[in-house]
Amino acid sequence: MAADPTAVPGRPTDSTHHGRRVVVAWLVLSAIATPLVAIYVGPHIPPGNASVQGEGQTFDNQVMTAFVTPVLCLMAVFFGYGLIRFKARRSEALLDGPPIRDDAQIGFLWIVITTAMVLFLAGFGTYELLKDGAGGGQGPNPIAQPAGYKSAFQVQVVGQQWQFTYRYPSLGGMESNSLLLPADTLVELHVTSLDVVHSFWAVELGLKADANPGVDNVVYVKTRSPTTFHVRCAELCGLWHGYMFNNGRVVSSAQFASWAAQEQKIYASIKPFMDKSPGDGGAPYAHTYLPEPTRRAG
Amino acid sequence: MNQAAAPPSPPLWRRLLGFNVLTAVILGIGGWYLGWYGAHKIVAPSLDYFGDIDYNELSVYLAYIGGVLGFLVGLGFLNYPVRRLLGYPPSLREKETAGWSRYFGLCTDHKVVGIQYLWGIGLFFFIGGLNAMLIRTELLSPHHQAFPAGTYLTIVGMHGTMMMGIMTSGILGPFANYFVPIMLGARRMAFPRIEALTFWLLMAAGAVLTTTIFFGGFPTGWTGYAPLATESNPGLDNYVIFFALVGVSMTLLGLNMIATILTMRAPGLTWTRLPIFVWGVLSTAVLMVLAAPVLIATLGMVALDRTAQTSFFIPAAGGSNYLYENLFWIFGHPEVYVLALPGFAIVLELLPVFARKPLWGYRLAVAGLLGVSLLSWFVWQHHLFVSGINGDLRAFYMLSTELISIPTGITFLCGMMTLWRGNIRFTVPMLFVLAWFFNFLIGGLSGVFLSDVPSDVTTHGSFFSMAHFHYTIMGGLVFTFFAAIYYWVPKMTGWELNERLGKVHFWSMFLFFNLTFAPLFAVGFLGQPRRTPVYPNGLQFLNDWVSISAFCLGASMLVFLFNLVWSLAFVKKPAGANPWASRSIEFQLPSPVPVHNFDRIPVFSGDPYGYGEGPTPVAVPAGAPAGRE
Repeated sequence: MAADPTAVPGRPTDSTHHGRRVVVAWLVLSAIATPLVAIYVGPHIPPGNASVQGEGQTFDNQVMTAFVTPVLCLMAVFFGYGLIRFKARRSEALLDGPPIRDDAQIGFLWIVITTAMVLFLAGFGTYELLKDGAGGGQGPNPIAQPAGYKSAFQVQVVGQQWQFTYRYPSLGGMESNSLLLPADTLVELHVTSLDVVHSFWAVELGLKADANPGVDNVVYVKTRSPTTFHVRCAELCGLWHGYMFNNGRVVSSAQFASWAAQEQKIYASIKPFMDKSPGDGGAPYAHTYLPEPTRRAG
Repeated sequence: MNQAAAPPSPPLWRRLLGFNVLTAVILGIGGWYLGWYGAHKIVAPSLDYFGDIDYNELSVYLAYIGGVLGFLVGLGFLNYPVRRLLGYPPSLREKETAGWSRYFGLCTDHKVVGIQYLWGIGLFFFIGGLNAMLIRTELLSPHHQAFPAGTYLTIVGMHGTMMMGIMTSGILGPFANYFVPIMLGARRMAFPRIEALTFWLLMAAGAVLTTTIFFGGFPTGWTGYAPLATESNPGLDNYVIFFALVGVSMTLLGLNMIATILTMRAPGLTWTRLPIFVWGVLSTAVLMVLAAPVLIATLGMVALDRTAQTSFFIPAAGGSNYLYENLFWIFGHPEVYVLALPGFAIVLELLPVFARKPLWGYRLAVAGLLGVSLLSWFVWQHHLFVSGINGDLRAFYMLSTELISIPTGITFLCGMMTLWRGNIRFTVPMLFVLAWFFNFLIGGLSGVFLSDVPSDVTTHGSFFSMAHFHYTIMGGLVFTFFAAIYYWVPKMTGWELNERLGKVHFWSMFLFFNLTFAPLFAVGFLGQPRRTPVYPNGLQFLNDWVSISAFCLGASMLVFLFNLVWSLAFVKKPAGANPWASRSIEFQLPSPVPVHNFDRIPVFSGDPYGYGEGPTPVAVPAGAPAGRE
């Protein structure tokens, strides 16, 4: 190998500090772009602020968007500079470049930086997850419980082909086809299914939990001011999967009470038929959660 | 055809008799009916009543097993063992001659198998692509319009299953089969007959999946989640048989690659001189061999649940849908790296040629490939973050998933540093390689969002994740697949592909690929789940935009198809031995490569990346004089 490893045969030695230029341009661009993205783009990423969990996700997305901006900037600067500056001239298209085979320092630096970024992201994600469950289904034994979870308002979400039914155990097991939640309340949803796997997705609230047959999948949400949201099934569950959606509402507690009273009146006429256990020829419903919350290990 | 003035060739009808694809199809159909008939004799009293297929899954399984066996017998896969059993001297080389007829049967020449793979995979890639066009047609309107609900789900399922199943061998099938033996300085693969078997199994599998439409299709998508799969119509049996055949093909392909790379390297070809493409193939092959058997076993359980009333995956009868999800993704996540890793390898293999610099950080690049391969075993539950399974392990899977960015980042670094200070030629294969950086960057960064549990809660199962894996698989695999086609097809056929049409193909594909999939990130964030024919009215503009871009993306594939047919069937411009001025050993051989590759086994003296390091050849003797028989 020649004394100067960057020497190209047939070409004058290139003494430009290409690397320094790219690094400087990258740092400047990132310093400008990252705050702009964090301030102007980040807060608009769904699911938004309709619930505490949704807000947590939006914050999470905001941080990660800001985090990937410098990476995008590096790539833009590197390829923008490199592809233009090192484009082969037609006359010397087959000239070889400098035979640089390795650079231990660059490799080491790159690995250290990517590792640090990964560890930070994993730590940050874990913190955000454990803080309040982040709106995700946690299975029958939730570990990420928000403060005050013991007195949470409970709702059971029962998926079946192809609709969701909502049960309110504290209201005498009253059932409804529309999901209403009281405002400013911590709600504990128990998601389950009667047949195949569904996934309960309350889009604007930032909730998603698979509905598995025979499994109690717990998800927490702290509602805020009254609003409306969409509920969709997010796991392919057969023929009419696409039609498995409805609207939900977060309402003030007074409104919720009057709605509940009305629904209970309707429900009262059905209740005698639904109260029987499956063994007695009744429908597969009961006042308690059904299927029974299956407390499984793990 | 071109076997000059040998004895006068027999008439066409005589030449069509024998062990070839025609016989195979006929025996396949015969075997199909035999299995169908047998199963009805076993289970159902009536053969006449077509409606009873609803209740007789066994007949579907036995029919297709009989069909596949008949197909393989017709191709001549039993000739060798039967001749051995009867004490005749077996023919060790099948159709290793010249002439077009060897492409239509069992051929043990690895170069023929490579070309067979290219066309076979191309056919099913085209069918899968047509399904994508149909999906986007339905999604032009937020309401139900083009297809009945069941048909729509079948189209979605066929698109996904076809792409994930057939394209698994997208690079290893055509290009590794063709070039790995040459790069190793060998004359064949370790198991040539098994090599041919992997191809024909894949073709049988493709036919099985396509005929699902005669059995009502299947509603599960490519993931086939139980218990939905258990209650589905007989079309799901086609899915099960398809994926099981693909699994067998993958396992054998991987084993063959590993055996070849471990045992058949020419003298002097040490591990540090191996082309990086071969390393990529090795790391992929290890994943194939270890992951695919899990899939086969899982599908075996699904088949038993559907035929023999077992209940592995039926919760109501004591089974568990979590078991299915776990098993499927233990296969499924390595599977997506089976799709991505060959792309990494192609990128790192082609960059030195077109930047005219040695591959930067060879050992680091190898470590990156093997690192992805290893880590891909520890991440599968990130597909189940909101499923309620192992809620307390989510933090671990978040970490392990994000750790994959480190070896992937190494691949990026090695590629970028290879470009740096190079002398870059923007040829068509190079454009596709550069597009990989862009696509995989977007795919990888969106993957960071999906790996983060709080962010995944919203994006999971939505069009966001769909856009993510199209950026990584279509942007990562299909773009490099085309890079490999433009780079190597001149070598394989001896004819150049039109460069101008290639550039039109590249720019239209790159543009419309991004116009198609970038808006889908927003669509997913805004609440559109995957696999639904209906969506909120407010998302119609974005969906129409995506559909129209997708049609243009489909049209760009027609440009490619035209280029292929035009260049290879009409123009036929000879490519020359080394159209790219590459130092790799396959380009030191004539185009197309002669039947026995090398007259003498070469002795390697370095890796193929010595650009700028003087004229030392990669191997002595540097290729062989055209040794045509």
